[in-house]
Amino acid sequence: MENLQVSFATRGGVVRAVDGLSFAVGRKEVLGVVGESGSGKSVAMYSMLGLLREANVSVSGSVKFEDREILGLADREMRSIRGGDIGMIFQDPMTALTPVYRVGWQIAEQIRAHSDATKAQARQRAIELLGEVGIPEPARRVDQFPHEFSGGMRQRVVIAMALSCNPKLLIADEPTTALDVTTQAQILELMGRLQETYDSSIVLITHDMGVISEMADRVVVMYAGRPAEIGDRRDVIRTPQHPYTWGLLGAVPRVETKRSRLATIPGTPVSPLNVPTGCAFAPRCAHRFSQCDERPVLRGDGHQDACWLSDEQKVTLRQRDVTSASSHD
Amino acid sequence: MFAISVLVFLIFFATPGVDPAARIAGRSATPQVVQQVKHEFGLDRPLPIRYALMMDHLFIKQDLSSYINIGDRVVPQIEAAAPVTLSLVFGAAVIWMIAGVAGGVIAAANRGKPIDPLIMFFGIAAISVPAYWLGQVVNLITQSKLHSSLFSWVPPSGYVALSSSPGEWALHLLFPWLTLAALYAGIYARVLRAELVNALNEDYVRTARAKGISERRILLRHALRCSLIPIVSLFGLDFGSLIGGAALLTEVVFGLPGVGLLTYTALQNLDLPVIMGAVMYGAFFVVLANTVVDVAYAFLDPRVRLA
Repeated sequence: MENLQVSFATRGGVVRAVDGLSFAVGRKEVLGVVGESGSGKSVAMYSMLGLLREANVSVSGSVKFEDREILGLADREMRSIRGGDIGMIFQDPMTALTPVYRVGWQIAEQIRAHSDATKAQARQRAIELLGEVGIPEPARRVDQFPHEFSGGMRQRVVIAMALSCNPKLLIADEPTTALDVTTQAQILELMGRLQETYDSSIVLITHDMGVISEMADRVVVMYAGRPAEIGDRRDVIRTPQHPYTWGLLGAVPRVETKRSRLATIPGTPVSPLNVPTGCAFAPRCAHRFSQCDERPVLRGDGHQDACWLSDEQKVTLRQRDVTSASSHD
Repeated sequence: MFAISVLVFLIFFATPGVDPAARIAGRSATPQVVQQVKHEFGLDRPLPIRYALMMDHLFIKQDLSSYINIGDRVVPQIEAAAPVTLSLVFGAAVIWMIAGVAGGVIAAANRGKPIDPLIMFFGIAAISVPAYWLGQVVNLITQSKLHSSLFSWVPPSGYVALSSSPGEWALHLLFPWLTLAALYAGIYARVLRAELVNALNEDYVRTARAKGISERRILLRHALRCSLIPIVSLFGLDFGSLIGGAALLTEVVFGLPGVGLLTYTALQNLDLPVIMGAVMYGAFFVVLANTVVDVAYAFLDPRVRLA
């Protein structure tokens, strides 16, 4: 994806939901996309798959899948990629499946949309898939309706469905946010296992840094539709270079530390109607200075960030913030 | 049903200040007739016995007879009128379901484009026009104004039984069908369109799109299937109440001797036994329709079945 820009024309003005996002996902790689609600992470993925086709949406930039430009493709061609080469799963498993059709039918529908499988073959494949995602008694449960499954089970069904056509890329939009923590761990572990089996890449969208640290190989941090930091997971988590990133990491509650108040980043996320012309994070940043009136670009090698502070400043300020945060009580 | 029968009975026979005997006997009854009525209906006996007697006459012996048209039995009258109403309502139902569903689907599929508000406009026009006015206008056009030219094939108003001539039966019922169907087609198209547009914004439709399913299949297999559930239950209730006699105005306008017309005439003449019989008949169908709808709902919406 290169320089993706997505904007919505609304009554309140033009909303630039995604403003210059670029990243690459390699084979078998897990890319984590982190950001607060409203940071544009979901919108970026939807527009990439051509799921935003309303009249008031304008999308520009370039998205290449296996060297083929897919942004702006006709819906008919996109349809064979969607569900076939690229699978997507969404946040709320409780409403993700059509309530009136059996689970096996829905999985088979996707299989038959992308291949010449017969009904019997597709059904057989569906049973196999349900088994792979850890649903007990798959041959019996394949004929059940979505409401007969619990939330975690439904998400497994959704994952099974998304993987049914062996996609090369799986986009997971906050797949565990709606689930309790134990189930979350199970689902993530499942996704990791399946990634190994299917050789697929994953784009994992989340607001949870814990999930990122477990699953991701590389990380993109987004703020207000713009990339704040990109890099290897280890680099980003151990040595974050953007004040927003270390603010996010600092906000994760730690078991060892005893505090009376949770750490937060002061201020509220910027409204997409009102993004500042300079650095989007500047109004909330404790370290802003005069240069921040100019919009920063991603700089760096491998580990990039969009911040005007010098590298030395970043190290010092980050350490200062981290120490002061953990001594708060 | 039992509750309805008791209620109807009480309304007609237990309202204070009203002498049911005189009512049943009719306006111009002689005192002897009134006495006869009193005896036959046991009006000098306690209320529950009176009720039992009435139900006996109505259902078991089936010899409840009207006192207005002396000797005319109530039950056979209803039996004769029922097929007419059934023919009218069945035919209209087929037409309005096809038109309503097609209209709703086309409008939803093309939402935003000109055909969408056009269909909705026709829908609301059809709903707003009173059935009897529409019927009269149709009659005016087909029977008198353009009868000699465009509509010379339209038969005079009245009913021809299916058994005697299917062709004539359909021809006589054509315009009544269209008139009755117009109102309901309008309602159903509007309701279905709204349901479909809602359904198309649901999460499961988003999942289906992510699966790579064509938009048309999504509309017809996913969204429509879920949107039809409320439509079917609405249909059951409308159908039931129409068979029960709510097609009254259409029958009157087109001169079809159905249950609606029968009730209408009986009401005008205050012919109590006929009214009672017709009300019971109508109530029966409404209750039946409710039950069928409940069963159908469980059949269509798997989520309801477990409960």
